[in-house]
Amino acid sequence: MIPLEHFCLLSAFLFCAGIYGALTRRNAIGILISIELILNAANINLVAFNKYLGTNDGLGQAPTVPSGQVFALFVVAIAAAASVVGLVLIIAIYRHAKSLFTEGFHLMKE
Amino acid sequence: MIPILSTLIFLPLLGAIIIFCLPPRLEKSIRFLSLLVTGVVLAVSVCLVMHFDPAVGGASNSMQFVEYHPWLHNLHIWYFLGVDGLSLPLVFLTALLGFLACLSSYEIKERVKEYFIFYLLLMTGMIGTFLALDLVLFYIFWEIVLIPMYFLIGIWGGPRREYAAVKFFLYTLAGSVLMLLGILTAYFLSTPHTFNMLQLGLSGFDLRWQIILFLAFFLAFAVKVPVFPFHTWLPDAHVEAPTPVSVLLAGVLLKMGGYGLLRVCFPIFKAAAFVLAPVLAMLGVVNIVYGAWVAFAQTDFKKMVAYSSVSHMGFVLLGAASLTVTGFNGALLGMFNHGIITGGMFLLVGVLYTRAHTRELNRFGGLTNSMPFYAFCLTFLSLASLGLPGLSGFVGEFLSLVGAFKPYPWLVVAAGIGLVMTVGYFLSMIGRVLLGALNPKCVPYVDMNTRELVTIVPLMAIVLIVGFYPQSVLNFQQEAMQGLAHLFKL
Amino acid sequence: MHIAHYIPLFPFLAFVINIFVGRRLKIGSAYLAVGTCVLSFLCSLKVWQGFLQGERSYSLGTWLLIQGKPLDFGIIVDPLTIMMLLIVSFIGTFILIYSIGYMHDDPRFSRYFAYISLFMASMLGLVLADNFILLLIFWEGVGLCSYFLIAFWHERPAAAKAGIKAFVTTRIGDTGFLVGMLLLFFTTGTFHFSDFQFLRGPEPVLTLAAILIFAGAIGKSAQFPLHVWLPDAMEGPTPISALIHAATMVAAGVYLVARCFPLFAAHPAALQTVAVIGGISALMAATIAVVNNDIKRVLAYSTISQLGLMMLGLGVGGLSAGTFHLMTHAFFKALLFLCAGSIIHAVGIQDIRQMGGLFSKMKVTSVTFCIGALALAGVPPFAGFWSKDEILLTAWNNHHPVLFAVALLTSLLTSFYMARLIFLVLFGKPRSELHAHESPAVMTIPLVVLSVFAALAGFIGSPLKEATGAYEGSQVMMLASTMVSLTGLGLAYLIYIRQMALPQSLLMSCQGLKQLLLNKYYIDEIYEVVLVKPILRLCQGSFSFDMKIVDGLVNGVANVTQFCSGVLRRTQTGLVQNYLLVQVFGVVLLIMWLLKI
Repeated sequence: MIPLEHFCLLSAFLFCAGIYGALTRRNAIGILISIELILNAANINLVAFNKYLGTNDGLGQAPTVPSGQVFALFVVAIAAAASVVGLVLIIAIYRHAKSLFTEGFHLMKE
Repeated sequence: MIPILSTLIFLPLLGAIIIFCLPPRLEKSIRFLSLLVTGVVLAVSVCLVMHFDPAVGGASNSMQFVEYHPWLHNLHIWYFLGVDGLSLPLVFLTALLGFLACLSSYEIKERVKEYFIFYLLLMTGMIGTFLALDLVLFYIFWEIVLIPMYFLIGIWGGPRREYAAVKFFLYTLAGSVLMLLGILTAYFLSTPHTFNMLQLGLSGFDLRWQIILFLAFFLAFAVKVPVFPFHTWLPDAHVEAPTPVSVLLAGVLLKMGGYGLLRVCFPIFKAAAFVLAPVLAMLGVVNIVYGAWVAFAQTDFKKMVAYSSVSHMGFVLLGAASLTVTGFNGALLGMFNHGIITGGMFLLVGVLYTRAHTRELNRFGGLTNSMPFYAFCLTFLSLASLGLPGLSGFVGEFLSLVGAFKPYPWLVVAAGIGLVMTVGYFLSMIGRVLLGALNPKCVPYVDMNTRELVTIVPLMAIVLIVGFYPQSVLNFQQEAMQGLAHLFKL
Repeated sequence: MHIAHYIPLFPFLAFVINIFVGRRLKIGSAYLAVGTCVLSFLCSLKVWQGFLQGERSYSLGTWLLIQGKPLDFGIIVDPLTIMMLLIVSFIGTFILIYSIGYMHDDPRFSRYFAYISLFMASMLGLVLADNFILLLIFWEGVGLCSYFLIAFWHERPAAAKAGIKAFVTTRIGDTGFLVGMLLLFFTTGTFHFSDFQFLRGPEPVLTLAAILIFAGAIGKSAQFPLHVWLPDAMEGPTPISALIHAATMVAAGVYLVARCFPLFAAHPAALQTVAVIGGISALMAATIAVVNNDIKRVLAYSTISQLGLMMLGLGVGGLSAGTFHLMTHAFFKALLFLCAGSIIHAVGIQDIRQMGGLFSKMKVTSVTFCIGALALAGVPPFAGFWSKDEILLTAWNNHHPVLFAVALLTSLLTSFYMARLIFLVLFGKPRSELHAHESPAVMTIPLVVLSVFAALAGFIGSPLKEATGAYEGSQVMMLASTMVSLTGLGLAYLIYIRQMALPQSLLMSCQGLKQLLLNKYYIDEIYEVVLVKPILRLCQGSFSFDMKIVDGLVNGVANVTQFCSGVLRRTQTGLVQNYLLVQVFGVVLLIMWLLKI
């Protein structure tokens, strides 16, 4: 069986990649993708912990219901919805500003 | 049985929803529909007045047409409506002015659909405020009024509309936040916990809390009345608001403050009212005199009427602070009369504005020659407003003064200064607008048309009827005011 | 409804019809007004008849509840009311008839008759009212109509100003009246005149209440110090002046004091106030009238003076003397004003220095004018003599030597300035080019009728005599007052007709006094400086205070908030990544804190 640490490492890597992407990307779609990465990093953790809790490693009690998986499903669904909204906004802004670079988006500022 | 009060409240809302679904280009049908809805509301309110039994009285169970349904049961919030002698005149006033101002709204040409949606929403809020007997419900309706009003001033207003709308909104909101805190405190202090206004009146808070709560509520109401020094939003809002909105603002919104005072502050926090009544009376006299002074210095027609409102609402405050039956009667009748008279005054200012596109008093002159009907209406309402005996304005002021005379004789004498000043500024306004040689700029102005006359004549008729036979209104409010004053009998 | 209720209703009906459709009625509007006035007069006669058969007062029903007690409106019928009703409707009728001629080419002909009808209605209602509130309603109605009528020719700025001045000045008195009324109500619990016999209450409070009520009369009857509006009211059409001065507006104040006489009589201090104010007004106005050169203003000041005399009469305890003089004065003052109107109508000027020698050109007007002047001067056997004599007698009998002297001096001055007016206007040579002509019959007939009454009304005696006990006119007093009147006439004759050198040089020597009088004791100027200007400045000051301080505070709060937001806004760059970066740092810090690193 793959040890829990591997999952944690994977999700940590995905999370950091997501953060890095979201912070450095200038393209709005890139930011959106990076956010999806962050969400999925969380998903991996949720599912993995649900599986490993209560096993031989003495990591507390096993959950009686697969709540981690359910949470992950929620996250997936909400992430889908969020990206839909995000994409719509991006397209609307693109139509307006003819650009996807976030530096240009400060209409609310002035 | 038909829930008549809910009908009154939600009919305008229904109208607003229907208009929301209509395409904006159907301006004519939208206007007609709103007129129809407000007309039906007026008809229903007339039915309400007809079926109202003025003899039902008593301290706590004078409510009629009560609707009492659980709403948010866990929080003890009820959908609780009722009408008594205190709210009845104001509900009728709202329905009447709502209808007439809707007629006057025909001059709105831009974004007609949105205008009437907001307008009808405003009606719902105003009527609801006067009928709600649960503090949470009251608060909700109170706040509902704010939002459409903000847009009505902010979108259809004059050149400084945004400033005026934001000022109005923030000022009133600041007051109502205090009221919300007050409502919650009252809820948690009362045993059993309740938002019911009538029950809260029975649960005795200790004096310190009463004073704190009284002040919290009073500040919210004081902004609306408006009481000096919280009145400065009023001239700005009035000057910028379009005519029909000004009518409702002066005619109904100011009454919400006075109504709140009589409905919430006085009966629930009796002991505090006793302690603070002299302060209120003093503020009332400051309103009367100071408002008259400032009104005298105005050259803008609407501002003058706005400050005259400040002055007149002082009489309401003074009458209420007397804690006597006569004073309460005077305060309530004064509010009713002020709504009718000042509503009419704003309609008349609007008539002039549509012709001249200015409200500068010095730009007119000699209009009595070219606009005889207008001159008649303006003179009539000015006389009513300055308290000419025989017209309605006098009765309310007189009763307030009679009520206040025993506890505060010197304040009544001071209020006399306001009476004299009021004559001065109204007459000088008439002198500048109507009398003198006809100003050449005013030659092309035509007299009032039928629609304008229809909006103003009912108000003048009421002024005359109430002035000649004040008992026609007093009969309805007598029992409720008696009950209120009974609380303060030692 | 009782017939007395119809008395004010008829003119009110005329008002309603005239104000709405008067323009179409043309001359009919005048006939309507006259007709309704005649009807009121007939009804008044009928009420008189009813009174003689023992009818007294009639209730109209409850108007409103005050302090839980019903306030009933009703009408009162007693000799005072009947006298006022008859005077008002009778003189009013003739003034209306006269107005048809005087106003015939005015563009607002029907409007004029509408207002004057309302004026009549208010005055008739006022004298019928049986309580303070109903009286106040009509009282203000009278004030309002006087405003409309004084400002009738509002194209002239002076007329518009005079109207406002009249209304505001009387309103000052009315405020005192209102407070006094409330004071009385809270002390005794009644607004009704019929309860006045039985008033019980603390002496000083009731005295104060009476004095405050008198304040209303001061304003309405143009007594010192609120007399300033009356001379300015001369800006209105002359028949209006006649109506205001004779029967309606100013009579209301005297009527009020007479009506509340039991209240005053029970409180000597209040009565004393009435007498003193009356005396001051009488003397002050008479002295001003001596030097004034405007035909209408001389008459206006004579009205103030005569009203002062009435107040003095009432104040020394002579209810019947005061009201008797009110009645005779109504006749001859209406006559004098209508004559003055006729003259002004003919020559188009009002300055008596430019008139002269009109007697030959306007016979009817001149003769009637002379009768009126003699009546006012108190020459026997004209009406003014009898009533003035009664006031003098009362003052003497009730031991008020100072007030008696004031009244006597006033009579002297009165006969002097009236003679001066007559001599300057009617006799001598014209001092400017005048195209005088006699007025039409519609104007002269009222003059003749009124002159008959001005000559003979004195023989009626006071209708209140039976009620209050008759005064025996002593021969000495009659002789004295006749002498005084004749002295005044003679002096004027010597100065203005014979143009004798001695009195003229005497007059020349006191120029300072003349200036003082010509400027009406500078009272208008004093009010302007002491009251009007400071109040206007106060209003302007309040407005700036409101804008700068009160509103400034509100806007100040808003500005501070806005400034703080401006500072804080710099953290909001508008770049999503910046926010995210801060967020990440925040989370890292949070984790470090949680793991206690």
